[in-house]
Amino acid sequence: MKNNKDTRVVVGMSGGVDSSVTALLLKEQGYDVVGIFMKNWDDTDEFGVCTATEDFDDVVRVCNQLDIPYYSVNFEKQYWDKVFTYFLDEYKAGRTPNPDVMCNKEIKFKAFLDHAMSLGADYLATGHYAQVREVDGRVEMLRGADDNKDQTYFLNQLSSDVLKQVMFPLGHLPKSEVRKIAKDHGLVTADKKDSTGICFIGERNFKEFLSEYLPAQPGTMQTMDGLVKGKHDGLMYYTLGQRQGLGIGGAGDPWFVIGKNLKENILYVEQGYSNDKLYSDALIATDINWINEDIITETFTCTAKFRYRQKDSNVTVQLQDDGKVFVEFAESERAVTPGQAVVFYDGDVCLGGGTIDEIIKNNQILDYVG
Amino acid sequence: MEPIYMDHAATTPMAEEVVQAMLPVLNEVFGNPSSVHSFGRKARQVLDVARHVMAESIHANEKEIIFTSGGTEADNLALLGTALANRDKGNHIITTAQEHHAALYTAEALEKQGFRVTYLPVYENGTIAIEDLKEALTDDTILVSVMYVNNETGIIQPIKEIGKLVKGYQAYFHTDAVQAFGLMDIDVNELGIDMLTVSSHKINGPKGIGFLYVNENVKINPLQYGGEQERKRRPGTENIAGAAGFQKAVQLAMANKETRINQYQTYKELFVNELRQNDITFEVNGDMDATISSIINISFPGANVEALLTNFDLDGIAASSGSACTAGSVEPSHVLTAIYGEGHPCTTNSIRFSFGISNTEENVKEAAGRIARVVKRLNRIKESENNEKQ
Repeated sequence: MKNNKDTRVVVGMSGGVDSSVTALLLKEQGYDVVGIFMKNWDDTDEFGVCTATEDFDDVVRVCNQLDIPYYSVNFEKQYWDKVFTYFLDEYKAGRTPNPDVMCNKEIKFKAFLDHAMSLGADYLATGHYAQVREVDGRVEMLRGADDNKDQTYFLNQLSSDVLKQVMFPLGHLPKSEVRKIAKDHGLVTADKKDSTGICFIGERNFKEFLSEYLPAQPGTMQTMDGLVKGKHDGLMYYTLGQRQGLGIGGAGDPWFVIGKNLKENILYVEQGYSNDKLYSDALIATDINWINEDIITETFTCTAKFRYRQKDSNVTVQLQDDGKVFVEFAESERAVTPGQAVVFYDGDVCLGGGTIDEIIKNNQILDYVG
Repeated sequence: MEPIYMDHAATTPMAEEVVQAMLPVLNEVFGNPSSVHSFGRKARQVLDVARHVMAESIHANEKEIIFTSGGTEADNLALLGTALANRDKGNHIITTAQEHHAALYTAEALEKQGFRVTYLPVYENGTIAIEDLKEALTDDTILVSVMYVNNETGIIQPIKEIGKLVKGYQAYFHTDAVQAFGLMDIDVNELGIDMLTVSSHKINGPKGIGFLYVNENVKINPLQYGGEQERKRRPGTENIAGAAGFQKAVQLAMANKETRINQYQTYKELFVNELRQNDITFEVNGDMDATISSIINISFPGANVEALLTNFDLDGIAASSGSACTAGSVEPSHVLTAIYGEGHPCTTNSIRFSFGISNTEENVKEAAGRIARVVKRLNRIKESENNEKQ
C-alpha cells in the first residue's frame, strides 16, 4: 500500500459544497489531491456569461484555500453524444429519461475517470453520497449513510472494476455535517445553494428548454374511454402520475396523467391519486448492470427503488435469457415510469440496476404508459 | 519535484537588482511628484531619471514617454487615443489577425464605434505580407497597429518595412513591442515608429507599470481625466517605486541584451535537441530562424492543450498556450488560427515555452525530459483507448 501522501486522488469539483468538502477531507488525510472542474454543457448566454465560469471561480477559490492544484476539462462533445442524445431520444419515445444515471455511467465514471488516470491518479473521488466497501476481495457499493441524500440510485450503472478506483469520502456523513465542516473551515462554498434539477437545464423552465430541441405537438387529453378532457402541449412535457399543469377543472377528484398514446398523440388522464390505472405489479428492465455479477442468481428476492428518494419495495427478480430482467412487485406500485431506473438493494448493498422498459399488470404489458 | 518555469512570455520573476532598486524608494520616497515641496520633488526626481532611461532605450526623447499601468493600457491608449483624436482625418484602421487581445479587442471595440478596421491576414511563415498592407492603406487610414514580435509564436514581424511604407501616408504606426523589447535593437526613428508599447513585468521588472512611446507629432486623446500627470495624457498619481524598478529592469535588459539573446538561443536549441533525442513526435510552429530567441511554440500531434498543460504542471513544468482554457472551455489560439486556418489541429495542440532568467542549461534539459515523458504517456493512453475501441 502506498502512503497517503504518495497516493494521488483526483477530485471532481463542481464548485458546490459537497465536492469542496470532499477535497478538504482528502487533503486532511494527507492525500496528493488534485481538483478538476468538468465542463459538460455550454450554457453561454447572449451576453457571454455562463454559470460554468462562476462555478469554476468557486472551484479556484476553494482549491486555493486548500492549497491544491486545480484544472478544468471539457467533455461537452462526449456529453452531447452519450447523454444528451439519449435524453432527447427517450423523450421522443414518450419516456422519462434519467440523464444523471447516464452522465455517471458515460462521463463522470468513464471519460472523466480515464482523464484522472491519465494524470497519474490512483483514485477518482466525488462528492456523491454513497459508500464503497471491500469484502473478501469484492468491491461493493453501499447506500450513503444519510438516507435522505443517498445517491446510489444514480450510480447503479457502475461496475466493481470502476468502483475499485473510486472514493466517496462523504458517504458516511449526513449532509448537515458536510455543511458544518465547510463552515468550520471557512470554505467559501459553505453556504452555496445546492444545485437542483437536471444539470444542463439548471434553473430554467423545463418546458421551454425542451421545446428548443424537440418540436412540441399539441394534442388532446382523454380518458381511457375516449372522453376528451382538454388539450395537451406535447406528450414529452408530461410524466406518469403527474397532477400539475393539466388544467382540468370540474367536480370530483383531481386528474392525473396515466399514460400516452404516441401514435395518435393522446395524453391519457384519469381521476384520483390512487386511480387503479396508475398501478402495476411487475416490470421488465433493460441495460442491466450488476455491480458484482458473481453473486447474482437466476431468481432472487431483494428490494428495489423505481425512482429517486422513493422508499424501497420488496421485489422478486428473474433474469431472462435476452439479458433483460423481470421484476415482480410484492405489492402493486403506483406510477412506475418507463425510462427511469430500477435499482436493486440487498440491505444497504446496492446490487445494480437497469432501465425500466415495460410495465406489467395482471401478466399484461401496459402499452398505454408510453 | 522542483518546478521549472518555462513561461517567461507570460511574466518574469523580478531580477534581484530590480528589487534592490525599489526598496529604498518604497522605504523613503513617498511624496507626490506633483507637490510643490521637497517630498514631492524627491519623487519627481526618481520619475525623471526613470523616464530618461526609458527614452534612451528606444532613442526617443523624454517627453515622448507616457507611463501606464502596463502593456494592455498602453495598447488601449495608442488605439483608442489616436482613433478618437484623429477622426476628422479618417475613419480607417489597419491591424492584424494575430495581435495581442489588448490591441485586437480594442480594434473590435472601435469597429463597434463606427471605425472601419482591416485585419491583415497572417501567412504560414507567421508574418503579415507588406503587399497586403500596401493594398489596405488609403488616404482614409489613420492608424496601423502591428505587433513587433508575436507573443505566442515569437515570430518577428517586418517592422522596418512597415514603418517605411506607412511614412508615405498620413496614418500613424503603432507597434506592441512587449515581447521584443530587451532582445532587439529598437530605434523608433530609424524604424519609423510613431507609438510603441513596452511592459515592465515581461523584462524582470515589477508588475503594474509599462510605457507608451508617443512621437511628439502624434495627436492623441487621454483615456482618463483628472490631472496634469504625463502631460495630461495619462492622469493619476504616478507609480514611483514601480518606475524605479522598471528603470533598473530596462538598464539590465540593455546591458545584457547580447548575452541574453545568445543564452536563450542556446536554451532553445538544447530544448529542441533534447526533445528529438527523446523520440517524441512534435513540430515547431513557425520558422525557428525567424523567431525571437526566448519563445518557441511546439505542436504535439494527437494531443490537446488541456491534457498537456495539466500533465506538465503536475510534473512541474510551467508553460502555456494561446488557446485559453478556463472553466473547461478550450478556445483555439487566435494566432495559430490566423496562421493555419480555422479548425487546424495546431490551434488546439500547441504549447508555448518561453525562456528567461529562471532557466539554466540543466533545467531546460530536465524540462525536455519531463515533457517527453508526459507526451509518451499520453500517446500510450491514447493508443490503448484506440485499441479498446477496435
